[in-house]
Amino acid sequence: MSTDRNLIQLVTPAGERISHPEFDPWVKDIGDEQLCSLYEDLTVIRRIDVEATALQRQGELGLWPPLLGQEAAQVGSGRALREDDFVFSSYRENGVAYCRGVDLTDITRVWRGTASSGWDPYTVNMATPQIIIGAQTLHATGYAMGIQNDGADSVAVTYFGDGAISEGDVNEALVFAASFQAPVVFFCSNNHWAISEPVRLQSHIQIADRAAGFGIPSLRVDGNDVLAVMAATRVALDRARHGGGPTFIEAVTYRMGPHTTADDPTRYRDANELEDWAAKDPILRVKALLERKGLLTDQVQQHVHDKAESVAREIRSGCIGMPDPEPMDIFKHVYSEPNSWLDRQQDHYARYLASFGDPAGATPEEGAR
Amino acid sequence: MIKEFRLPDLGEGLTESEILSWKVAVGDTVTLNQVIAEVETAKAVVELPSPFAGVITALHEEPGTIVEVGKPIVSFEVADDGGASPSGAAPAGVATAAAGAAKREPNLVGYGAVVESSGRPARRARTFTTPAVEHVRGPVVEPVRPENPVVEPVETDTAERPRSTPPVRKLAKDLGVELAAVAGTGAGGLITREDVQNFVGGGELSAPVRHLSAVSDSGSPAGLAPQGGREVRTPIKGVRKFTAAAMVASAFTAPHATEFLTVDVTPTMDLLAKLKTSRAFSGYKLTPLTLVAKAVLIALRRNPSLNSRWEEASQEIVQFNYVNLGIAAATPRGLTVPNIKDADTLSLLELSAALTGLTETARAGKTAPADLSGGTISITNIGVFGIDAGTPILNPGEAAILAMGAVRKMPWEFQDEVALRQVMTLSLSFDHRLVDGEQGSRFLADIGAILAEPGMVLTMV
Repeated sequence: MSTDRNLIQLVTPAGERISHPEFDPWVKDIGDEQLCSLYEDLTVIRRIDVEATALQRQGELGLWPPLLGQEAAQVGSGRALREDDFVFSSYRENGVAYCRGVDLTDITRVWRGTASSGWDPYTVNMATPQIIIGAQTLHATGYAMGIQNDGADSVAVTYFGDGAISEGDVNEALVFAASFQAPVVFFCSNNHWAISEPVRLQSHIQIADRAAGFGIPSLRVDGNDVLAVMAATRVALDRARHGGGPTFIEAVTYRMGPHTTADDPTRYRDANELEDWAAKDPILRVKALLERKGLLTDQVQQHVHDKAESVAREIRSGCIGMPDPEPMDIFKHVYSEPNSWLDRQQDHYARYLASFGDPAGATPEEGAR
Repeated sequence: MIKEFRLPDLGEGLTESEILSWKVAVGDTVTLNQVIAEVETAKAVVELPSPFAGVITALHEEPGTIVEVGKPIVSFEVADDGGASPSGAAPAGVATAAAGAAKREPNLVGYGAVVESSGRPARRARTFTTPAVEHVRGPVVEPVRPENPVVEPVETDTAERPRSTPPVRKLAKDLGVELAAVAGTGAGGLITREDVQNFVGGGELSAPVRHLSAVSDSGSPAGLAPQGGREVRTPIKGVRKFTAAAMVASAFTAPHATEFLTVDVTPTMDLLAKLKTSRAFSGYKLTPLTLVAKAVLIALRRNPSLNSRWEEASQEIVQFNYVNLGIAAATPRGLTVPNIKDADTLSLLELSAALTGLTETARAGKTAPADLSGGTISITNIGVFGIDAGTPILNPGEAAILAMGAVRKMPWEFQDEVALRQVMTLSLSFDHRLVDGEQGSRFLADIGAILAEPGMVLTMV
């Protein structure tokens, strides 16, 4: 990886801070305290991921897409955003959701299957995760064109994986973003695997180099280096805010776990590869940096550990305590206002449920508004 | 209080999983998320983290058992702190949903679950989560209503579902009644609510009786094995079942003919020794198999009919203009025959690397499914077990398989005298439907000629 052309790196895997004249200024405000806070977020996000994976194995979640190994790409970019920026992500950006302040229970809601979506996007300026590969890039570009019309200086940021670059939606979004010079940041987490398809099959050139074909400037960043990711994201955001149009960021990282809890990567992946990437772990790197700076005190470690454990407890109790939806809830949130067609369906469904003769199933329309 | 942990759907739409091993024993104190078992689904081997902190009071399933999703597998004594119960409605809901469909296809492209390999018996007695006696704790006049019946599909999916309506099916499910056993009195044989109720009330098989008989029938296959007895009974499943099916299919569809040829391979062994010390091959694993494989590939060019397939369905003989060379490999999980794609285009160096990679991957159990299909001819190396000859069974869909025997020092005719030579027996089975004795014999003779004098290749290519 170190031989890669133009790979932006500010912290080496051994935790050494290296200087980069172009990108250093973008993170010069990150002092000791902020560094510890980034370390905390990275650790907490990994803990969330571990707990959610366990919850799936215990039958409490239907499915979970682990982000193990991709923490720095998510925290570095997520923490660079302004409150009025808007995120359109894939299903794996649960770390970004945490940074945006999404409620922990809401993160698990959709994976437990008790709701069609987990939260109100406008409360945290982050759309609910898109399952369709790459579709969110179009939403982001459209939103960014809206920002232009409003004359605002906020930015739409869209996250997707290396597999998504083969999708039509992503390519269409890039064309439109370039045509309209929309304030949108395309953040590609290149985690090297699209389920079982290695990235080299999807792209014979580096993914970042594709952007040039659309007339969009790109940055290729070490996705396991939280500072480098933050710097690159800030560069892209700044360009978008000042009328410079879209930027494409390729964060080179690695999915250390399975695609989802229903996947077994040992069937298609070399164990040596995993070992290579474990040596570039995003959290160990920050930990080593803190150690070099003498910041990794017992107090800091204890605080981060306690925070991670309390978040884990919160997500578990929130997930398990979630009430099951009522059958009639299916009619909620379909349309913003009632209409006769839906009322009719609702009436039919209520009568159908009543035919079971089971009082629990025969909930009348009250709950359905 | 006692808490049960039911087997969840560990993938997407799985109906069962196999308990591989328990990491805990009855009486152990476990913490939340401590790994308690290793479980194999159709998709992956996964570790089960404990959903509770407490003491293990019972392990309900033996390792090696295939368990339906939703069945309790372990019980815990948990401190009664009034916390939210994880084994609430969600797992039960999962159980009903999963059991409701007889066979479910994996629902994402890219997931390799082979549904038909799940080994579900076509018919199995109904089982309930706990012994029937324990259910009688409510008023006795109530129909016995197990809290979470594991409703299994009792008919194979080819059978037509008895006609009824969803509410009636739910009633029947709640009462533990198999609709197939109920006579319908409604229009066109429709089973009505009354039919189900009458069946429970006055049918010749009353519900409790059915439960009792079910419990006695429901022992797991492993339970039949007497502990330390004179016989060990292993359920036929997995790779063994697959191998058996393939062997039966092959042996009883393709008429096998087997020919034997014993060859003085001393010159080949000399060549092997020479190559091993040469710079070009340093770091490569050269074995007699490497050279036999090369000889097979060269001989195939002159005898292409051995590299073909009889296709019954289309009534065609498919002649392959490429060779995907299968190598039978004994792995800890049984026999597999991964193949080397386009082996005929590989140099000896590439072939040797491919062979090493192939067998190592197979032994590690990591062979990709694509490497197990599409073979055109196979080699089995019985020589590594010290065996000389035998009748190899064709890998289904292939026209020939060569068994190479052990290389032995034997007294052998050499330049009109008896000398101690290195000798190997080759056994070639071929599908007599598309290969005649002539082609089979010429092919085998060519392989023998190359191994007896590698220089003969100059006359063949």
